[in-house]
Amino acid sequence: MVKYTVKRIGMGLFSIFIVATLTFFLMNMVPGGPFVAEKSMSKAAQQALAEKYGLDKPILERYGTYLTDLLHGDMGPSLKQRGREVSDIIFSKFPVSAKLAGIAVLVALCVGIPLGCLAAYNRGKWADNLIIVFATCGIAVPSFISSVLLLYTFGMNLKLLPVVGLNEAAAYVMPVTALALYPAAYITRLMRSSLLDVMGQDYMRTARAKGVSNFKILFKHALRNAVLPVVTYVGPMLAGLMTGSFVVEKIFTVPGLGREFVSAITNRDYTMIMGTTIILATLVIAANVIVDVLYKIIDPRIKLK
Amino acid sequence: MAEKKIQKNPLSLQLNADDFNLASGEEKQSLVVMRESVSFWKDGFRRLGKNKIAMVSLFFIVLIMIFAYIVPVFYPYTYAQQIRGSENLAPFTYSEKEQARIDAGESVFPHVCGTDKSGRDYAVRLMLGARISLTVGLLCSVLVLLIGATFGAISGFLGGWADMIMMRITDILYTIPDILLIILLAVAFKEPLEVLASKPGFGWLQTLGPNLVSIFIVFALLYWVGMARIVRSQVLTLKEAEYVTAARALGASGGRIIKKHLLTNCIGTLIVTTTLQIPSAIFTESYLSFLGLGVASPMPSLGSLATDAVKGMNTYPHLLLLPALLISVIILVFNLFGDGLRDAFDPKLKN
Repeated sequence: MVKYTVKRIGMGLFSIFIVATLTFFLMNMVPGGPFVAEKSMSKAAQQALAEKYGLDKPILERYGTYLTDLLHGDMGPSLKQRGREVSDIIFSKFPVSAKLAGIAVLVALCVGIPLGCLAAYNRGKWADNLIIVFATCGIAVPSFISSVLLLYTFGMNLKLLPVVGLNEAAAYVMPVTALALYPAAYITRLMRSSLLDVMGQDYMRTARAKGVSNFKILFKHALRNAVLPVVTYVGPMLAGLMTGSFVVEKIFTVPGLGREFVSAITNRDYTMIMGTTIILATLVIAANVIVDVLYKIIDPRIKLK
Repeated sequence: MAEKKIQKNPLSLQLNADDFNLASGEEKQSLVVMRESVSFWKDGFRRLGKNKIAMVSLFFIVLIMIFAYIVPVFYPYTYAQQIRGSENLAPFTYSEKEQARIDAGESVFPHVCGTDKSGRDYAVRLMLGARISLTVGLLCSVLVLLIGATFGAISGFLGGWADMIMMRITDILYTIPDILLIILLAVAFKEPLEVLASKPGFGWLQTLGPNLVSIFIVFALLYWVGMARIVRSQVLTLKEAEYVTAARALGASGGRIIKKHLLTNCIGTLIVTTTLQIPSAIFTESYLSFLGLGVASPMPSLGSLATDAVKGMNTYPHLLLLPALLISVIILVFNLFGDGLRDAFDPKLKN
């Protein structure tokens, strides 16, 4: 168990290193630098700025410096938002994105698991069919489309919900719905098929034969086993929500990390791109590692490799 | 044939000699196979044909393909043609100029879906957008198929150290958050490809659009991992089969065994996984277009049509709703058809 955990963490760290390296060289491949786009700046001033931030040095040297700084927890200053440290910007924006994604995860789980159970228990009846239709359609609608449609219907036509920012509780409704739709639909499908699978198992018949109440069967025997695939999905789901939120944040003008990332790329704010990529990648990879390890703890039937 | 009675010593403990008589015509009849053996394809297509949802999806796929690839050829408007004076028309309405021409007895083809803010016919733009999205989906899936199947088959066939290293590579690629890299790659490839496109001999890059090419590269680099894993697991079981041993004994090379025996035997899995890749490619393309990293204007894609319409969605909601609906329908029908294919050709893959 310990060996497996250590191995997974090691692989995770290696993945983060790969992401950092790839990002660093990719972003330097793009022609134009952070200061070239500013027309008002003279050549000499551009030169001075490049020297100040060390951009005039050869790329391998910069790569080495960046990695050593990173290991000391220093992500460097932002090249575009002058006078601000990348880590400060990330720590001020991150809670916004994390809160949104966290609520969306909860909503997706709270909607998906019960719906999946309901469908499996009423297999073949109208409730099941209805839920399957919801799940199939939910998977087919990209998040930017659902958010734009929500914005159009509830924000502009009915004027029920605020369309900009996250200043009040009601403002969370639309972004969270848009983010949670796909995972909720996916979890419903996953839950339904895995519960149907579990209900066909021998130990369910044994439990019923023993006279265990329906309620107890569902919660003690069926759900415990059926929820496992959903647990594995939570990692990728978090990844999807964190990255899917770029678009949702753009549409609902939420001041989150996703927007910072996209604007950093278009502005060629090198340190900011590196910082956001590394933080987001670390989050996603960490979530995957935790889920993988948890999975083995929850389900002892799985052999450790 | 005359029946011959075989004499048997009544005290003999040997087998009953009557059992060794030639079979009579009646007996032979009972052994004739009543049904012809059903081939893999026939069986699969029969199951697919019975699946109503899959057949309806297939019908829609064909319909959308006709609209995307054939109808624009005969359509009286083109996607980049700007009709002066016909800006922002509602569906089935005419501008004053066109009304005058109709009054003069000329026939004017109606703008079935209206026009956009530059006076371009929206119906033909939608069709072209669907064409781009479908092309991206199909081509990306083929790329994923080629790379993933080759990588997975080689990894599974070689086994041992090579397999270990190749699988670690996929593990690492699997954990990398794809959208982050896609956005980065799309930006990074955009300008070098634009430069390349302006050079002589690379004119085709210009017509295709550098962004579209960078989407293909991104897909080729990142999305084959799932396919490689599935193919590898299939090859691992298939390579133990007797016919592989036989082929090896006959002196077939590794490449030939992979091509002729292993990949042909997991063709069901390949088809199903490739089909299910199409909607995800379309999904990603529309997402990138929405962020402004998709195809270059005036070429439309469904994602970029939706993006352009967002700004004016209060006044012209149909410009937004139509591409949004079309993307969702395309993704939906490909998903459903892929599920149907999976149930028909590869029931094991279901779990």
